[in-house]
Amino acid sequence: MSALVQLERVSLRFDGQPALNGVSLTVEPGRIVTVIGPNGAGKSTLIKVALGLVRPDSGSVIRRPGLVVGYVPQKLAVPASFPLSVRRFLAMAAPKGDWQGALDRVSAGHVLTRQVSQLSGGELQRVMLARALLRQPHLLVLDEPVGGVDMTGQAEIYDLIAQEARQSQRGVLLVSHDLHVVMAATDEVVCLNGHVCCAGHPEAVAQHPEYLALFGPRVAASLAVYTHVHDHSHRADGSVDHVHGPNCQHGQECNHG
Amino acid sequence: MDEFLTRAVLAGMGLALAAGPFGCFVVWRRMAYFGDTLAHSALLGVVLGLLAGIDPSLGILVFALVLALLLAWGQGQKRLASDTLLGIVSHAALACGLVALSLLENIRVNLMGWLMGDILAVGWFDVAVIWGGGTIALVALWRLWPTLLAMSVDEDLAAAEGHNIARARLGLMLLVALVVAAAMKVVGVLLVTSLLVIPAAAARALSRTPEQMALWASAIGMAAVVSGLGGSWRFDTPAGPSVVVAAVLIFGLANLYAGKR
Repeated sequence: MSALVQLERVSLRFDGQPALNGVSLTVEPGRIVTVIGPNGAGKSTLIKVALGLVRPDSGSVIRRPGLVVGYVPQKLAVPASFPLSVRRFLAMAAPKGDWQGALDRVSAGHVLTRQVSQLSGGELQRVMLARALLRQPHLLVLDEPVGGVDMTGQAEIYDLIAQEARQSQRGVLLVSHDLHVVMAATDEVVCLNGHVCCAGHPEAVAQHPEYLALFGPRVAASLAVYTHVHDHSHRADGSVDHVHGPNCQHGQECNHG
Repeated sequence: MDEFLTRAVLAGMGLALAAGPFGCFVVWRRMAYFGDTLAHSALLGVVLGLLAGIDPSLGILVFALVLALLLAWGQGQKRLASDTLLGIVSHAALACGLVALSLLENIRVNLMGWLMGDILAVGWFDVAVIWGGGTIALVALWRLWPTLLAMSVDEDLAAAEGHNIARARLGLMLLVALVVAAAMKVVGVLLVTSLLVIPAAAARALSRTPEQMALWASAIGMAAVVSGLGGSWRFDTPAGPSVVVAAVLIFGLANLYAGKR
């Protein structure tokens, strides 16, 4: 399987301060890589390097030739002076797409004719995801994709992202500023603090001493709960297959397993 | 109608036509201060033109383009906010221009004409330059349009989606410099930016798409030129400022209309 984007020992300094230090990372089709880390860990910088928006001081960034990227930035500040409907915003990315269908998939079907500058934070976040998916990207790059989205919506969006990765073989590079929502479907967690503290399968990372040292045992334990509830897989049609083992944490009444 | 008035109307309308879409980007991308800086540098351009023995208008154009390049290059530094940097360059250029003008002992320059514009003095050559230059600027803008729209939403997003944003950004800065230099004759150093900003701002109230706003801005600018020059003729007021006053009145009306809807 050929990598969509591959970072090799990437280092970058801002004003003499190291922002990234020898970071390596690979995203392959159908795989979800989640980057976690404290504020100022270089997560957004890492994303900009992966997208080719910022050139590293050293190290290499290889993107597959002809790579189509769907990018959801952390924030989008469309000025109120800019008359732009959601329909047009989507058309800018995909001139012939099924805009209504794409909005329906992110539960934002009602905003097609609204002006982008009048959307709420959560609505804009959903529209940006719909827009990224409309491009039929090989690689989805998501910088905090659920910011401003309500709790139910967050779960829906993470399910959709997982579905896109599994069914359409899109690679996903995801940044989360919130450990609590690192999703069960993540294939690889990269714990970043300037350098890669540790990386690997969520369970492995949650046990790693550097990870525990960085976030402290209390936060670490809560991530462990999320990653260890790895209790379902997604079938090809998008439905969920529960496969609970003997350590199922859903309690006595759990009857999936 | 006297021939000088015909020329003034034609020159003003050509300028307003081109300034409309560029004014939209000035509004969307908050480039008003950039436009002011280029305008304020015009006096220095006049002096340099006179010293080099070329037409002052050409001196303005060349100096504005060079300054736009320097500013595009200077944007890369992060120590000072860009409006601070523009504030320094803008007033430095205006002050240096006034000082340099006073040092030119054997050449008399119509300072008021450059500050307030002298649209009634434009010749047929100026009219041809404005329409020719305006057409070229609009064609160039049309080619950069999709990228510039994407950049007005978000530059990182545009770059990630494969737009060449460095080229479009530089292109827009140079083209705005061209429009500012052309507008100098019509409304002068002090009022140039108004011809970019006010019609576009008035157009915002009437538009639901970027293209509608660009077309409305051109139409409103042309209406301001015609009514402003008409008013200037009727009430014997200065031409350039009358055009700007007309634009402001249209801005007010457009917002009243949008508020009623």
